[in-house]
Amino acid sequence: MDILKIGGQEIHNRLFLGTGKFASDALIPDVIRASGVQVVTVALRRVDFENQQENMLNYIDRDCVLMPNTSGARTADEAVRIARIARAAGCGNWVKIEVVKDNKYLLPDNYETLKATEILAREGFAVFPYMSPDLMAARQMRDAGAAAVMPLGSPIGSNRGLQTRELVRILIDEIDLPIIVDAGIGRPSEAAEAMEMGAAAVLVNTAIAVADDPVAMAEAFSLAVKAGRQGYLAGPGAVKMYAEASSPLTGFLGTDY
Amino acid sequence: MKQMGMIAMGFYEIYSKIKDTDFDNLLQGITGQQVDRVIGADTVSENGFLALLSPAAGKRLEPMAQKAHNLTVRNFGRVITLYTPMYLSDFCTNECVYCGFNTKNPMRRRTLTIEEVEREGRLIAGTGLRHLLILTGEAPHQAPVEYLAECTRRLRKYFSSVSIEVYPMETAGYRALVAAGVDGMTVYQEVYDPAIYDRLHIKGPKKNYLFRLDAPERACQAGMRTVNLGALLGLADWRREVFALGLHARYLQDKYPDTEISVSFPRIRPAAGQFRPAVEVTDRELVQMILAIRFFLPRAGITISTRERPELRDNLIRLGVTKMSAGSCTEVGGRLDGEGHERQSDGDGHEGQFEISDTRSVAEMKAAILQHGYQPVSKDWLVI
Repeated sequence: MDILKIGGQEIHNRLFLGTGKFASDALIPDVIRASGVQVVTVALRRVDFENQQENMLNYIDRDCVLMPNTSGARTADEAVRIARIARAAGCGNWVKIEVVKDNKYLLPDNYETLKATEILAREGFAVFPYMSPDLMAARQMRDAGAAAVMPLGSPIGSNRGLQTRELVRILIDEIDLPIIVDAGIGRPSEAAEAMEMGAAAVLVNTAIAVADDPVAMAEAFSLAVKAGRQGYLAGPGAVKMYAEASSPLTGFLGTDY
Repeated sequence: MKQMGMIAMGFYEIYSKIKDTDFDNLLQGITGQQVDRVIGADTVSENGFLALLSPAAGKRLEPMAQKAHNLTVRNFGRVITLYTPMYLSDFCTNECVYCGFNTKNPMRRRTLTIEEVEREGRLIAGTGLRHLLILTGEAPHQAPVEYLAECTRRLRKYFSSVSIEVYPMETAGYRALVAAGVDGMTVYQEVYDPAIYDRLHIKGPKKNYLFRLDAPERACQAGMRTVNLGALLGLADWRREVFALGLHARYLQDKYPDTEISVSFPRIRPAAGQFRPAVEVTDRELVQMILAIRFFLPRAGITISTRERPELRDNLIRLGVTKMSAGSCTEVGGRLDGEGHERQSDGDGHEGQFEISDTRSVAEMKAAILQHGYQPVSKDWLVI
């Protein structure tokens, strides 16, 4: 059984769902049911604990693992405070750190994200930092105690797919933590591609939430993630980068051992 | 013009380079083909933005709308954030020809007590809204910064976001309000054209064009989370005004990337006094400018208030708008009666700043947004 053990949980479905952009929160239960999604991220800024009628948490199945995120934080300090509010409100100990100081591209601030990761990991959170795919920063996040790292495929909401492919591939090769591709995935095929490369999971919001049929699209993503994962596990035959030379240069050495 | 508080290399440096451009000629010369190229491009330059404001672009609203819709949905989701205004004081020392709060307008005026503010806040919070915009006229003696700060501290008990639309102030004033819990600031330049500005603002501190022009930048410097700009539509040629508005927003976005810059499109409404708009801005033109701004500033919030009619507002939901007011009242204490209960009738001699067109309640507004396939969001920030 292929299980992702992460942040003290066992995750069977490697599609993670973002919830910020749906036409109605009432769609979320159907999306979760159709896709079998287990991990759901919610912006704490949107949760109204005092208004039960409009509390979006009510739409998220109790069996799901909640990953509150710090959307709106501009500094490590703000992210830390939002994470503490989430835990105090009973949202569990997972937190996805988003620190964005750039409102034009919504690109994350790796430095502030690292600072928040250090503090929150020390406080016992399972920390999932959303980051620009930078190897040095990812190593530091790992050393600071991150549960996984979440590099972006392309800017949030851009639906441009895996524009950062090479940098994400390096993280997958070099960082001994689950690599979860977050942001920019626009199509199921791109999610499959990330999984084939060895990503541990992908997080999708925009592409599902703004599809004409979000429920069907969520199911499509779930299938693509499974296919990509299975392809990765099956170990695709290596693609030969070179032709077999007819008169080899190392033939004089005899047979390879 | 007084130089008080002027920001070195502020937006006026940029604006002064374009203000004498022969826009009429430039806009008339833009062809449909040029507009099509802008619509098809990935990013939109200043020239492209101008092309989208041209008469030629006015004949291509449908393809513009399709793309603006996609851009908005991708960046913001199928979501409309709701807020409501609350007028704290209608004292005003300005003589702006178009405004109901004009100091010459004979009306009873007042400033709510802190207790009244809290009572009205509680009434509004009962509708589920968590974003509040507090407003005053320009009379800092009647509603000083410390008063606004105290109101904010009280209102923060009920609201996750409190924004101000008050008189322009120095950076220190904005900083004090940020410390009290204000996270957003709105100021409309009203008119970017300095000559027209000078004509319409007859007397009062608002005569200082530059002090108002730099106010959003001072708010950014003070650490305000969101800053919202606008030009009052109907006072001057809208194509030039919206071009200046877009450049102003872009200038702030570039210089203060951690502040969320948004824009509003207030069309002038009837108010007390005899003023009639110099320029009529049609629905088609309003739509064109919203779409053009969405292309030029894909991540900027766009606000439409209850100045506009219900049918039009409903149709604008899919065209790039991200934020709408609901259950509005432009009169000080308009939601309270003498006992601080919900008000039953009008007619106590007070007047609003302007007439509201969309009088739907918060609940009706939420239902309408849902019906159009969007989620009405009452809370999109938190007290941290």
